[in-house]
Amino acid sequence: MIFKNSRFFTSSELAGLAILALLIFVVLPVGLDAFRLNLFGKYLTYGFVALGLVLCWGAGGILSLGQGVFFGLGGYCMAMFLKLEASTPEATKIQSTPGIPDFMDWNQITELPIWWEPFNSLTFSLIAVVLVPVFFAFIIGVAMFRRRVGGVYFAIITQAIAAILTILIIGQQGYTGGVNGITDLRTLKGWDIRTDEAKVILYFVNGILLFGCILIAHFIRRSKLGRILIAMRDQEDRVRFSGYDVANFKIFVFCAGAAFASIGGAMFTLQVGFMSPSFVGIVPSIEMVIFCAVGGRLSLLGAVYGALLVNLAKTTFSELFPELWLFGLGALFIAVVLAFPNGLAGLYEEHVAPRVEALLKKWSKKDLDKPEKSDPLNAAAE
Amino acid sequence: MFAEYSMSELGAIFAMQGFAGLILFSVFVLMALGLAIIFGQMGVINMAHGEFMILGAYVTYLTSNLFAEYIPALFDIYFFVAMVLAFIVSGSLGMLVEWGLIRHLYKRPLDTLLATWGLSLILQQIYRSVFGAREVGVTIPDWIMGSLPITDMIEVPINGIFVMVLAIGISVAVYVMMFRSSWGKQVRAVTQNRVMAGAVGINTERTDRLTFGIGCGVAGVAGSAFTMIGSTGPTAGQLYIVDTFLVVVFGGAASLLGTIASAFSISQAQSIMEFFLSGSMAKVLTLLTVVGILMLRPQGLFALKLRK
Repeated sequence: MIFKNSRFFTSSELAGLAILALLIFVVLPVGLDAFRLNLFGKYLTYGFVALGLVLCWGAGGILSLGQGVFFGLGGYCMAMFLKLEASTPEATKIQSTPGIPDFMDWNQITELPIWWEPFNSLTFSLIAVVLVPVFFAFIIGVAMFRRRVGGVYFAIITQAIAAILTILIIGQQGYTGGVNGITDLRTLKGWDIRTDEAKVILYFVNGILLFGCILIAHFIRRSKLGRILIAMRDQEDRVRFSGYDVANFKIFVFCAGAAFASIGGAMFTLQVGFMSPSFVGIVPSIEMVIFCAVGGRLSLLGAVYGALLVNLAKTTFSELFPELWLFGLGALFIAVVLAFPNGLAGLYEEHVAPRVEALLKKWSKKDLDKPEKSDPLNAAAE
Repeated sequence: MFAEYSMSELGAIFAMQGFAGLILFSVFVLMALGLAIIFGQMGVINMAHGEFMILGAYVTYLTSNLFAEYIPALFDIYFFVAMVLAFIVSGSLGMLVEWGLIRHLYKRPLDTLLATWGLSLILQQIYRSVFGAREVGVTIPDWIMGSLPITDMIEVPINGIFVMVLAIGISVAVYVMMFRSSWGKQVRAVTQNRVMAGAVGINTERTDRLTFGIGCGVAGVAGSAFTMIGSTGPTAGQLYIVDTFLVVVFGGAASLLGTIASAFSISQAQSIMEFFLSGSMAKVLTLLTVVGILMLRPQGLFALKLRK
């Protein structure tokens, strides 16, 4: 299928993108008030993570149960900048040490830790949002993939890393805000991020970034690298015997996934207004995998829809039937794995797409029929 | 940091911490044994392992209530009955799960992980609906309470000793089952080469189901033993799952001795560090060390030499 077409997008992919763009940039903003739109913006930040997982897991066969780590690192980098901006000496003059974040003051810390200092700069923070998680992913990737650790072991170790980071954040309350996380974020370079107007603008920024990431991910998948990834997923040894350095490809795609997750995390912080360890640990990390699995681990757009739908269901059901929600989520895990491993996108490809195509063909046939009928006439006329 | 303690105090501290470490060690061994069978031998990732342990704990809780209500005379020994029941209940549920879920997924290990995670969510919610969200404690018979003074500065709790004895007993039982019985031979044959094992006449499906069941049963007994040192809540199982998997992976997945050795080193490291650092930092450092070592030596401490 890939070889058939040398264009960057096939027409059905283009249609899918257009529909998603219509949904994100027109339908949702028109149909929802600022509060609900902000909620959807939050769901879409998980779409970034799901995109990364489509690359790592769907294309590369690397299941990371630690995407929450990268989501969290990105979110915390952003939150640290916002927190420092909110903690001006004037705003915090009731503290015993003015000018440092409030949770540090509560924990008897009298000086800003040295690794917090660079986060006074927005440029540094934005670079850190991408580079810090990529750096971590690179170290993990080099250590694991060079030694040919993969599959199940990789999943377990990334899960352990998620656990470690959560315990660390909660334990180092004075430096990280502990269980509550970094809260009470107010302005970005003097621009109040809590107003309705700001929320709408941030939603659009988020949507544009998401589309940027979709395009990058699509480019990666279409490139030669993407094909090698798929070959590697299915027959790793053969790729290795063909002379490719398998580890490098895995490291790259893992880093790319981390960067996506991290951008999502930063946008999450901006839109929700806080960051806490409850978005870092084992449970959120696995939930991120389920967003991707429900949407379809092989489909970029599917993953975004998966993140939207599962989160929407989570908010709705956990409010209406808190008891049933866990049953539902659990059943969803099992059903996705047993009944439709390629998720919603797989169902679409299997059941809906052929019909749409048949319908399109019917229409185009009608168009084609006319000139055909007219052909003999033309011929006769000639 | 040692300056404010005298020599004998330091000795007592190390002895007590060492003993606390031994109890933690027994706990880890109990948790990891079931998983060593399921993950180590069968290669199935059972994320619901913690929930099977909690099931054992709830069975123990129910048994203790039953004994207290109807046959108080035998209350002192209810615990042994409870352990057998825990084994049977968890084991049966395990076999049911294998039949309904796991056997469809042997070729897709990563998907097993997701499916069993879903199972664990469902089990948690069932526990919450049946037993309530609050933690429940078990009434422990008098003879297990209290502690045994060894010197005037060192004393050890009896329930800790009981858990240790139990851990040793179950380890021996699992060892005998896996490496000295014909069933164990079949299990190992099936895990090493499923097709060949089937070709020589081993009923691989039955072996799988039984193996999974016994692994879950052992988890149930572990959960039963935990009721003596802590209370049980619906989500307690999730707290154990990372530790348990790390213990098994660190030990070298297919090696029982490795599992025990890694449980020992992890628990000792953690409990000794816990005295000098805060509990959470001790945990972080231990886990980081384990992950670090696993990155350098992914096959774990004791690796079987296998051709793949």
